[in-house]
Amino acid sequence: MAVASKEITRIMATDCGSTTTKAILIEKKDGEYRLIRRGEAPTTVEAPAEDVTKGVLNAVGEIEDLELRKFLKSGEDGVLVSPDSADGVDIYMSTSSAGGGLQMTVAGVVKSMTGASAQRAALGAGAIVMDIIASNDGRLPHEKVADIRRLRPDMILLSGGIDGGTIDHVIELAEVIKAADPKPRFGVGYKLPIIYAGNKNARGEVKKELGEQAELKIVDNLRPVLERENLGPARDIIHEIFMEHVMAQAPGYTRLMNWAGHYVDGSWKQVPIMPTPGAVGKLIETVAKNENIEVMGVDIGGATTDVFSVFGNEGETVFNRTVSANLGMSYSVSNVFASAGYDNVMRWVPFHMDEADLRNRIRNKMIRPTTIPQMLKELIVEQAIAREALRLALVQHKELATGLKGVAQERTIGDAFEQTQSGATLVNMMTLDLLIGSGGVLSHAPRRSQAALMVIDAFLPEGITMLAVDSIFMMPQLGVLSEVLPEAATEVFDKDCLIRLGTCVAPVGVNRKAAVLAEVRITKQDGSSIELRIEPGKMHVEPLVAGEKVNAVITPAKNLDVGNGPGNEWTGELEGGVVGLIFDGRGRPFVLPEDDARRIEKLQEWSKALDIYPERFIDLEGGE
Amino acid sequence: MAFAYTPGLRVANHTVVRKERRLPLAGKTLVVAGDSVTADTIVAKTDLPGNVKMVNIANVLGLPPGDIPELLFVKEGESIKEDHVLGQTRGFFGLFKNTVRSPIEGTFESYNRITGQAVLREPPIPVAIDAYVRGTVTEVLENEGVIVESNATFVQGIFGVGGETRGELKVLTDGPADELTGDLIDESCRGKVLLGGSFVSYTTLNKAIATGVKAIIVGGFDDKDLKEFLGYELGVAITGHEKKGITLVLTEGFGRMNMASVTFNLLKSREGLLASVNGATQIRAGVMRPELVIPVDEAEKEKSSDKPAGAMDIGSNVRCIRAPYFGKLGMVEALPAELQVLDSEAKVRVLDVKFDNGEIVTVPRANVELIEE
Repeated sequence: MAVASKEITRIMATDCGSTTTKAILIEKKDGEYRLIRRGEAPTTVEAPAEDVTKGVLNAVGEIEDLELRKFLKSGEDGVLVSPDSADGVDIYMSTSSAGGGLQMTVAGVVKSMTGASAQRAALGAGAIVMDIIASNDGRLPHEKVADIRRLRPDMILLSGGIDGGTIDHVIELAEVIKAADPKPRFGVGYKLPIIYAGNKNARGEVKKELGEQAELKIVDNLRPVLERENLGPARDIIHEIFMEHVMAQAPGYTRLMNWAGHYVDGSWKQVPIMPTPGAVGKLIETVAKNENIEVMGVDIGGATTDVFSVFGNEGETVFNRTVSANLGMSYSVSNVFASAGYDNVMRWVPFHMDEADLRNRIRNKMIRPTTIPQMLKELIVEQAIAREALRLALVQHKELATGLKGVAQERTIGDAFEQTQSGATLVNMMTLDLLIGSGGVLSHAPRRSQAALMVIDAFLPEGITMLAVDSIFMMPQLGVLSEVLPEAATEVFDKDCLIRLGTCVAPVGVNRKAAVLAEVRITKQDGSSIELRIEPGKMHVEPLVAGEKVNAVITPAKNLDVGNGPGNEWTGELEGGVVGLIFDGRGRPFVLPEDDARRIEKLQEWSKALDIYPERFIDLEGGE
Repeated sequence: MAFAYTPGLRVANHTVVRKERRLPLAGKTLVVAGDSVTADTIVAKTDLPGNVKMVNIANVLGLPPGDIPELLFVKEGESIKEDHVLGQTRGFFGLFKNTVRSPIEGTFESYNRITGQAVLREPPIPVAIDAYVRGTVTEVLENEGVIVESNATFVQGIFGVGGETRGELKVLTDGPADELTGDLIDESCRGKVLLGGSFVSYTTLNKAIATGVKAIIVGGFDDKDLKEFLGYELGVAITGHEKKGITLVLTEGFGRMNMASVTFNLLKSREGLLASVNGATQIRAGVMRPELVIPVDEAEKEKSSDKPAGAMDIGSNVRCIRAPYFGKLGMVEALPAELQVLDSEAKVRVLDVKFDNGEIVTVPRANVELIEE
């Protein structure tokens, strides 16, 4: 798919999100690819437009207005791809999550084993997993049948049994699916696609059960042996079906597909539309690989929140993606509130607010999802909700990003007393090197320090962690660009996309007597040095610009850990960012004061320490 | 760019409303193109497969699954009654027999020799689809449903609860700013679709249900009341399936909100006519908003507009949909291209809106919606 990059110097890329359509213009100037301009507009799947391309025209139109050049065809019939003219671009491409996502039900024999593997396969392919059916899920067969019918998934992934293992249980699951006779959400005439990726010895029987009734696709077992997953074939076929069946349902999508492409040797070549989460995941994986670090990325959208992570596990790096289908800042905002509860949302608001007022505000955001906070008070409330959405998404990610369960472990007699289980989470906030935030609420926070504090409050990084945000929410477009022009994607990612906020230093552990959690000695590049203390319950920011590094010696108090074990000194380099070096003495585990007045006082104190809101925010409880 | 696309809700005096009436599964259509239908006309019907009951016969009889088929008294596809004997062990010398009986009436669908599981299916569930609105069948979707078209007044709401219903439209409040209070509801409201003004409370809603009101159309409702009304905290905004005995449609949003006077006055002019109402809302891809369809007799053509749907330009009528001007109506005064800094410090595209009192304010473009007429 790679094309000669010298031919392409002007790139237009859009991401049609569930709420907003974002366009970016990239151009090669003086030998390097740089972001030139961005535009955005509400996504137009709603009436009256009901056509995703209208949002694209709007977003690209905004770039036209600002650049005073033509990027749209006359009659607004697409993006102008015209390599021989001064107007237009050389290539247009797009990602999309505006089809409402891919909704799947997965099935496996044991919920935590083949069931979890099937779930990981579906999630990795960009799906929303609505239900996991398993022989041991505690439901009676007729209850499973009822649930499959009720949920009406876009497709079903059936796995179960290692190769040569159980057949009975797999057939039982196939019977349940057959009895449910589920119909696709869209189109009465279609057969529901069912993928079988289980015990190869059960293929014949599965075919007998489901072959006639469904669009059955058989691929290699996703868990051929207990010790190994083979998710690739299942993911590929899911992706294929997704493009054919689900994306095509988004209004206007077929037109968009025709717009995306470029000329190769004078003939038109389409560039496939990539699902947004797939594109972001690809980029995160590339960063971890290029820099050889552990990375976690979060993309908080309007309808869903995706968490991506690359962590080490027994000498290998493991990529995981989870999607929290109903956690998001617009379409799903009410669900964040319902899942987290009023108290959990309110604990992040640094002023008193009437519950009825808060509830109505959140609901009005839900029913008009494309609106943005005009007033500071509304912004603060949205950022409080964002913290809870991010926190819940991380909880879900930790639960799924695990080692394989059911694998026999060799134990010494000493291990027998520890009772560690296979399948523990791979997410280790202490060893995490880089945490990247993306999505409107983080990328478009009016002050970068707001994004930093939202991410710290929600993810509670431990020890030494570099924080970054996607500058203007362009990771999806760069993900799809990396498929076509990897060099351009890397260049723009480094120079224009990734904004380093700074390093967060957070001691972990309990030492109630310590008046100082850690002593820090910083030596700057010019030889000057600073000494400071991380005090319990306090936050402190030491300015250090992006790209600049200092040498640091951090000596934690007894029982406290900043990366080298409890009480052990840490020596190394700390890198700055647009916010600076952030010293978080609020403790891990982190607990907010229960007393309301004290809580508000502390929130205001931390907000001031990071300079996240204008001073007037303290008076906000009086009204707008 | 001469205009911007922006989401909006339709409030149309006369328009052609096209309704697709589709079965959940393939079935039979009962009308032909050109037929006149009333809202109650059944246009298509089908049978949904009955619910399934699974019985592990091998477990019940305590035998290996492969031994069961010769002990079965029923064949696959055979009808069964409740308590019908499905199979029996031979026992010892004719004694101590184990028996397995059907827990349901229906069909013995299949038996699996590997798992020992039998699938029993309850009788089919008949489903019929009505026309929902008075009009003409313009298209038949073979085995799937029909398209019904109607010359009607059409109003979209922003959020609703409850499914399709219909009744005669009755105006209860004097104006769009008045609350629909309980004392306004009496026996004359039974079977009616009630038009209120700015607000309805949970208490009033309950009185309406008790009185047999079919639907309520108001500006706003409190979220706290919504929780009480539904009995749970609504997470994702997908509604329409609630069986609450009433359909509620909000035209403006949550809280106490004056109904747009254009909406109120239009509906008021249709008092006494039969209104088909659907509260189903889906704020997701493939967005669905609640609606009122009031078929009218005048065969007035839809006003054609030069503007593409959703296009906003100077002079367009808009509604502010976010604080601090939430609910206010005005006219677009300017569409500056440059980004501007808001109170929240965000830098965004804005527009200037002129309110009726002459006041001009600047709001983010994302925070207005078109009032489409």
